[in-house]
Amino acid sequence: MSDSPPTTKLPAQSPPVDPAETEVAGHKASAGTARLSWWHGDGGDGARRNLALIGVLLILFVIGAATRSDLYSNPDWVWANMLSILKLASVVGVVTVGMTFVIIGGGIDLSVGAIVALAGVWCTTVATQSFGAAGMIFTAIVVGMAVGLVNGTLIAYGRLVPFIATLAMLVAARGLAAEISDKQTQISQNSTINGIASNSLLGIPLLVYILAAVVIAGWVLLNRTTFGRRTVAVGGNPEAARLAGINVKLHTVLLYVLSGLCCGIAAIMLTAQATSAQAAMANLYELDAIAAVIIGGTLLSGGRGTIVGSLLGVIIFATITNLFAINGLSTEAQNMVKGGIIVAAVLIQQVQFGSLSQFFRRNNRLTTS
Amino acid sequence: MTQHSRRRLLFGGAAVGAGVLLAGCTSNEQATPTEAQTKAAEGGGNAEPGKQVTIGFSAPAADHGWIAAITNNAKAQAAAYSDVEFKTVEAGADAAAQRAALSTLISQKPDVIVLLPHDGKELNSFGLEAMQAGIPVVNLDRAFPDAKAYRLQIKGDNYGMGVSAATFIVEQLKAKGVSNPVIAEIAGMDELELTQERTQGFNDTLAQHGFKVANRRAARFTVDSGQQETSQLLQALPKIDAIWNHDDDQGIGVLAAISQANRNEFFMVGGAGSKKAMEDIQADNTVLKATVTYSPSMASSAISLARLIGQERGMSDLVELQVPKEIILASETITKENASNYLKLGF
Repeated sequence: MSDSPPTTKLPAQSPPVDPAETEVAGHKASAGTARLSWWHGDGGDGARRNLALIGVLLILFVIGAATRSDLYSNPDWVWANMLSILKLASVVGVVTVGMTFVIIGGGIDLSVGAIVALAGVWCTTVATQSFGAAGMIFTAIVVGMAVGLVNGTLIAYGRLVPFIATLAMLVAARGLAAEISDKQTQISQNSTINGIASNSLLGIPLLVYILAAVVIAGWVLLNRTTFGRRTVAVGGNPEAARLAGINVKLHTVLLYVLSGLCCGIAAIMLTAQATSAQAAMANLYELDAIAAVIIGGTLLSGGRGTIVGSLLGVIIFATITNLFAINGLSTEAQNMVKGGIIVAAVLIQQVQFGSLSQFFRRNNRLTTS
Repeated sequence: MTQHSRRRLLFGGAAVGAGVLLAGCTSNEQATPTEAQTKAAEGGGNAEPGKQVTIGFSAPAADHGWIAAITNNAKAQAAAYSDVEFKTVEAGADAAAQRAALSTLISQKPDVIVLLPHDGKELNSFGLEAMQAGIPVVNLDRAFPDAKAYRLQIKGDNYGMGVSAATFIVEQLKAKGVSNPVIAEIAGMDELELTQERTQGFNDTLAQHGFKVANRRAARFTVDSGQQETSQLLQALPKIDAIWNHDDDQGIGVLAAISQANRNEFFMVGGAGSKKAMEDIQADNTVLKATVTYSPSMASSAISLARLIGQERGMSDLVELQVPKEIILASETITKENASNYLKLGF
């Protein structure tokens, strides 16, 4: 669980920046704030927070065992149930990995659900299905990355605020998906694709392997590569990152392409699960992913975050869904609890990182260059 | 820099290539179930061409197979009559947009307006306005609260769907001699009145036989939500006797979840009556054994009746000289035995 971001020192390629210098370069944001203070002093915090999230999961497990002791007394059922929770978390989990990168990089991607729907619809058209499983996977991934490229280009080079650019894409991509599918549900006839959701290897569903692979790749990319360090630097202070020689615009584009790639992978998984695709699917996945990123401890304003925390966030939400389902409770109550957990997670973050005013000062920074 | 630009060139080239390839991947064979769902304009009586009638039509552009079928059916039915001119306006994304679109329709002075409102309550005032302007309004499926706001109301029976589904389930379980059955329900969007009515009909009918729903999950009428909610429902109930799924479109996901979980100890009843569901019932190779109808063929009937209203004719099988004011379609139960009769109504 050594998931703490490289927070104790500046990334190798960015020399220490004089706060006065960033103040001159920056604009509007609260003058006189030591903007780089967040770099220091919270080493090891990600690991601590992740332990807290695991604690929450254990509590949820105990609640489940207490309320449905009849089911939990059967170890086979408990194992099957844990796998079902992971399968439920798998699609949003993959989307969340991409979202974590975008948010650490100081942006936001509201279009992820729409990209999943568009990629899913595009890869299940009659024409695409004629190319077989490889053609479907290729299509979903290329569509996802292409939409991400448009998002990133609009934001980095068109200077659109990420919120607006991706909100526009949310609407447009769903529109295109509805156009392509003619508002019909497109059934996947491909047994290889459908098998992704129904097959297991060594007793573990393939979907869980895909989730694990994406999470591990994301963790390595964030914590062990230049790309990851640049992401943290760009999200933390784009101006400082630019002065340190990072191509901030290009990096921003790549972050949205990465998010699109994750959406393309998720589209394949979701299409396999539902054995079909339609324009309305993956509804509100953007909110699920953002919520998971937040309770995972990633700052919504960028510059710091963890992949493992986001994953735990997704698993917590899936566990709550499962808990409410096995107890036969309504979806409304479930949504209220989810909302409460998001608020609680953010409040805990504020307490952990000092006073409320510090929290707001930290948020009061540039989000785009 | 050269390395950079070369990489960029490579990436750009790949993107263009992929774009060309993908553009070829958008084509879909056009599913046109509409012809079968229209009533052929032949034979005597009302089918005889009469006075030229202009029918204005408006329905939401939703991402759902059922709504798509409504619009397709209306168009096809209108095309089947030589004496009908069909004018359709986009209903936009919400009630306000539909109201705006409809006001342009009024100015074109159609003889009759057929509309499926986004929301019956919100568009009630439009119904009143059109009726006052002397244009008869045919309300399709989403009722206006005000009786003066429509000339004819034709709709499906949501409560009746629940009754039909429960009746089939009770019959089957009694025939099998199951005394204390585990019955599960996958509903549609819970915030909609139609979902609540369906559930009410289901619960009331089960209660008459001393049965009740053991667990209920609400999906969102989409295939993926159907799959996800069902996967959790199956976890909650290790043994099930019967499931009612409100909607055949989300039912594709429901059936996927059931087969992914390798469960087959129960039977399932669907809702709405999609072509896919009817084919599955006929093939009898899934747990889906029946579906209760809520057919979009009501749009075809609405156009036929709008034409009669415009021509001031009655329904030839009824004694009355004018079309009735209210028609509620029965929710019929489709099983393996009668599926072939209904297949032409599937959407």
